[in-house]
Amino acid sequence: MISLKESKRSALVSLWFMFLTFPIMVIKVDAIEKTVIWRWDNMFYVGFGSFILSIFGRIFFERQKHRRERKLAEKINKHNLIQIVLREPKYLYPLATAFFLFAVTFPHLFSTYQINVMTTALMYVVLGLGLNIVVGVAGLLDLGYVAFYAVGAYSYALLNFHFGMTFWMVLPLGALLAALFGVLLGFPVLRLRGDYLAIVTLAFGEIIRLVMENWNAFSQGPSGISNIPRPGLFGFDLTLDQAITYLYYLMILMVLITIFVVNRLQNSRLGRAWVALREDEIACQAMGIDKTKTKLTAFALGATWAGLVGVIFAAKTTFINPASFTFLESAIILAIVVLGGMGSILGVIIGAIILILLPEYLRALSDYRMLAFGAIMVSMMVFRPQGIISNVRRHYQYRPQKGEQE
Amino acid sequence: MSEPILQVKNLGMRFGGIKALDELDLDVNSGEIVALIGPNGAGKTTFFNCVTGIYNPTQGDVTLSPPESPVIRLNGLKPNQVAEKGMARTFQNIRLFQKMTVLENVMIGRHCRTHSFIFGAILRNKSTRLEEQETIEKSYQILQKMGLEKQANDLASNLSYGAQRRLEIGRALATEPFLLLLDEPAAGMNPQETQELIKLINRLQQEGQSILLIEHDMKLVMELSHRIFVMDYGRRIAMGTPEEIRNNPMVIKAYLGESADA
Repeated sequence: MISLKESKRSALVSLWFMFLTFPIMVIKVDAIEKTVIWRWDNMFYVGFGSFILSIFGRIFFERQKHRRERKLAEKINKHNLIQIVLREPKYLYPLATAFFLFAVTFPHLFSTYQINVMTTALMYVVLGLGLNIVVGVAGLLDLGYVAFYAVGAYSYALLNFHFGMTFWMVLPLGALLAALFGVLLGFPVLRLRGDYLAIVTLAFGEIIRLVMENWNAFSQGPSGISNIPRPGLFGFDLTLDQAITYLYYLMILMVLITIFVVNRLQNSRLGRAWVALREDEIACQAMGIDKTKTKLTAFALGATWAGLVGVIFAAKTTFINPASFTFLESAIILAIVVLGGMGSILGVIIGAIILILLPEYLRALSDYRMLAFGAIMVSMMVFRPQGIISNVRRHYQYRPQKGEQE
Repeated sequence: MSEPILQVKNLGMRFGGIKALDELDLDVNSGEIVALIGPNGAGKTTFFNCVTGIYNPTQGDVTLSPPESPVIRLNGLKPNQVAEKGMARTFQNIRLFQKMTVLENVMIGRHCRTHSFIFGAILRNKSTRLEEQETIEKSYQILQKMGLEKQANDLASNLSYGAQRRLEIGRALATEPFLLLLDEPAAGMNPQETQELIKLINRLQQEGQSILLIEHDMKLVMELSHRIFVMDYGRRIAMGTPEEIRNNPMVIKAYLGESADA
């Protein structure tokens, strides 16, 4: 399986690693005794470890290559298992029902802590689906998505603080305000693409956060706004536990609505225009698509979801301050979209649940959390750049008589 | 042949100090196939870009006179507006939406003839559904015309080169243009594919489609076009029927150089 040449290469790799790690792994200065301790055994471990890893890596890549070649040779046009399940109502409906039942009974089976964690995960599902419109479908790399989230959260906090407006009044208002900010960001970046767009959106996200942090008179600065009321339920008084459960169901409803709307948007005239814009801007314009309008709607609709979740976030934590809206937040939402699969709704949902729940349940290993996070992202990009579930274009059926679509 | 449907007068385009187009005149009559030829770098594609709004020409006039409607000045319009007015184009280097299906590519062409928007998409009301259905139907019919209906649900990137060229023409046709601009439609095709393309363009012309095309394949140009414009260094150096162009010394000089013995 491994030729002599390959093992020679691995040996070279391990030598190189031993050399690289020599200063930190082998030499240790004992400051008290003022002597140098030579830890040669560490060098051996490094060498051995890197040799083994390199060999395994080589075997793995070799296999991958073989598999790819075989696939090409056979020219299989079959989709993978997930896609088959998604296509067939026979499998899809029972699965969806099972998931739905699980989601509904969840609060009765688990503790308040678990419900809280799940609510957070659901919030990120909606955020991911919202960003998916901008990044996955329309191909506009937006690194400042958290800004719209902040707009939603602050609009609830401030409108409630100053005017005593309730959750249900602000929810649509927050969404509208976020959409407005989406258009506001959209205008200056209409001409930008790729890296340049990413930089400007990144800056936009920071601007919103810095304004909130420094404009004390407006947003109470870094100390934030507290005592934000939880969402009301027709005037009933809810205990804390009940309120948390209520919020959980609200989020479930929200996720369902989001999936419904995003799915319809993707399979519409507008959704097609977004994808076309992602694929080729010039051809897209030459075919009569208004670039300005299409881009702005993508930004606005993406921002709308962030605004909605922002309002819910403020109501859930009852306290917000600018520290909740850092770049890391944008990065996580973007990671959800990329990891899950750009443009794929199911992929984004799975991505959000993995990325939010895993760190939560791996709290025991919290020291290595970011390390694991990074490792997962890198290996994803190497082995499955299209994401967990890649997007498959919809097939249209044409029947000459009725012209019905499937 | 009546009024010209496309009239270009005194068109000029400068990139800094370079005159890519210089006082160019051109016109296309209804139902006609007009070819624009010239050596490499003569400014043919720049001309297309100026006419379709990708570049804004620095001088001159481009006017479109659609049948039964007033004359439209195209200068300064955006590409999507030009497409909406009824002029669609293909590209020299194929610009399909690679990750969309063949049918979807054509459906994009229907975009400027349909109207549903955000709320239509979400609510999927009756008018939106009917519109979608019509889009699919019309796109499918265009695919049939292009001979691509079997690959309707394949990704555009999986088509063969010749099929991709045909799909680009189909996508342009979906915008219901009364003038079709083809930028080197036969580039990179083998003789058989070129023959099929000639048949296709002929059929379109018989259906009343006016076509302006850029092409290097002289066989195609001579066989198809009613009139030919020849460009060199951004200027028009000749105009006429294929026979006239074939024997025009200026043209021969531009293509073959000074010693025009052939």
